[in-house]
Amino acid sequence: MSTVSETTHDGAVAMSAPPSPDDGLAAAELAAKYGLAVSGARPGLAEYARQLWDRRHFIVAFSRAKLTAQYSQAKLGQVWQVATPLLNATVYFLIFGELMGQSKGMGIKTYIPFLITGIFVFTFTQSSAMSGVRAIAGNLGLVRALHFPRAALPISFALQQLQQLLFSMIVLFAFLIGFGHVPQLSWLLIVPILALQFVFNTGLAMILARLGSKTPDLAQLLPFVLRTWMYASGVMYSLVEALKKAKSPGWLIDVLSANPAAVFINLMRDSLITGHAAHKHIDLPPHVWALAVGWTLLIGVGGFVFFWKAEEQYGRG
Amino acid sequence: MAEQKTEQKEALSVASSQVPTVIADDVHIVYRVYGGNTGRGSATAALNRLVRRKPDAGVRQVHAVRGVSFTAYRGEAIGLIGSNGSGKSTLLKAIAGLLPTESGKVYTNGQPSLLGVNAAMMNDLTGEKNVMLGGLAMGMTREQIRERYQEIVDFSGINEKGDFITLPMRTYSSGMAARLRFSIAAAKDHDVLMIDEALATGDRSFQKRSEARVRELREQAGTVFLVSHNNRSIRDTCDRVLWLEHGRLLMDGPTDEVVRAYEKETAR
Repeated sequence: MSTVSETTHDGAVAMSAPPSPDDGLAAAELAAKYGLAVSGARPGLAEYARQLWDRRHFIVAFSRAKLTAQYSQAKLGQVWQVATPLLNATVYFLIFGELMGQSKGMGIKTYIPFLITGIFVFTFTQSSAMSGVRAIAGNLGLVRALHFPRAALPISFALQQLQQLLFSMIVLFAFLIGFGHVPQLSWLLIVPILALQFVFNTGLAMILARLGSKTPDLAQLLPFVLRTWMYASGVMYSLVEALKKAKSPGWLIDVLSANPAAVFINLMRDSLITGHAAHKHIDLPPHVWALAVGWTLLIGVGGFVFFWKAEEQYGRG
Repeated sequence: MAEQKTEQKEALSVASSQVPTVIADDVHIVYRVYGGNTGRGSATAALNRLVRRKPDAGVRQVHAVRGVSFTAYRGEAIGLIGSNGSGKSTLLKAIAGLLPTESGKVYTNGQPSLLGVNAAMMNDLTGEKNVMLGGLAMGMTREQIRERYQEIVDFSGINEKGDFITLPMRTYSSGMAARLRFSIAAAKDHDVLMIDEALATGDRSFQKRSEARVRELREQAGTVFLVSHNNRSIRDTCDRVLWLEHGRLLMDGPTDEVVRAYEKETAR
């Protein structure tokens, strides 16, 4: 095998004819002389953000394509975008409202919107996390074939979930009005809430995408973590009431009701559900907007930087 | 293999200018494969390995490229040959910066692009939408794609047998899908272009069209790399050939010489 080692080392600069002044140069020196850059090197953070902005149309097109592809084999096609959340909400209405008559002391007119809001808002974060963890690991073909800032993938998946949520919101509005909650000005607050939650979800998806690309096992583990998170965020009941009933220590109540999922869920409930009776079941921690913005900045910006740090590593399988 | 040693040192193709565009410096690439372990595949065995903290439980390393070095110059068309699994495609991906190297470096002039848009396309979408998606994935702007849309569709010949471009891609025959993929990929101009077995697709008339397009691309591009098992298309297109075997660079020289040696080796 001695031939081999000779080839590999001489091959690089063995351009014996015609003789060139570059002959004696090592690869790195030659590269520097002609201004060649290392292929696949990680750009600076600002440059990375700029490249990402240049790919915004791809990000949007990719998320839309994923969304449409989801139901393209079904006969009803895109009707399922609305039908799926509608059926989801109907099941909860039948089980909790009709069958069990359970309303956690807030009356069925309040409880069903309370429950559906919680489920839809939490599902938004949950499915962003689930698709985030597979964003790189599940798209290695794409990562190994084309050049683009890899953050485009987790962002695109989070965007897909946002579009899915917007369909769910239509169903939610229908249920709210059906249960006698008339549209009011505070409904406009869902725009900033969703914007914050989307940035939060995107950051979360980017963190999980990096972890999932190194350790694919996370995709198996994550559903259990997310289910724990769901129960700790009061999706189906008022968290504070449940914890007080269980005589939990005060600091635990404070910590759990300040967790980002609970913050977004309760902000959304607070702005959508009307009636004073309902509001004593919606546990808004103090400085709730500051908390929401804080979580968003921390996870959104932190996730972006965390993801960027390993940019050149994605694609190694 | 001994007779090849002398040939390697001989003059390489006359590069039109001595400006390097791609420099590979002792490149190694290692794939890590999960679940490819040789031991017993049962859950208890896996747990056993985990508990005993055996190193790299369940992970196998595939050393696909082992220390390849070469310099490519502007205006060259370089063919990559070698048997299946010799590391040709892997090397191309590393040059494109898509696959991180284990050690060694690849220096390039501008952004090399791999002529491979397949991965971005979705079978459940119409051909029309895939043209848009594929183009955006390659980094074209929406205006550029709209401008070239008709050109892409005409080139692919998808609509010769009826209005197929508005049908989902899963309804296409494998040849039609491959033609559309090539047409989208070839619609963009590239600095350093890498083509991986793209010419083998489609019927005779499409092959002729695509060969002409590759020649065009080569005139625009600084350097072209072509991976193919078709020695005739290598001879037609390339003036320099790299022969890879087991991830090592076996020969690097003018097309005729290397292809002849390769044919001699494979004929045995």
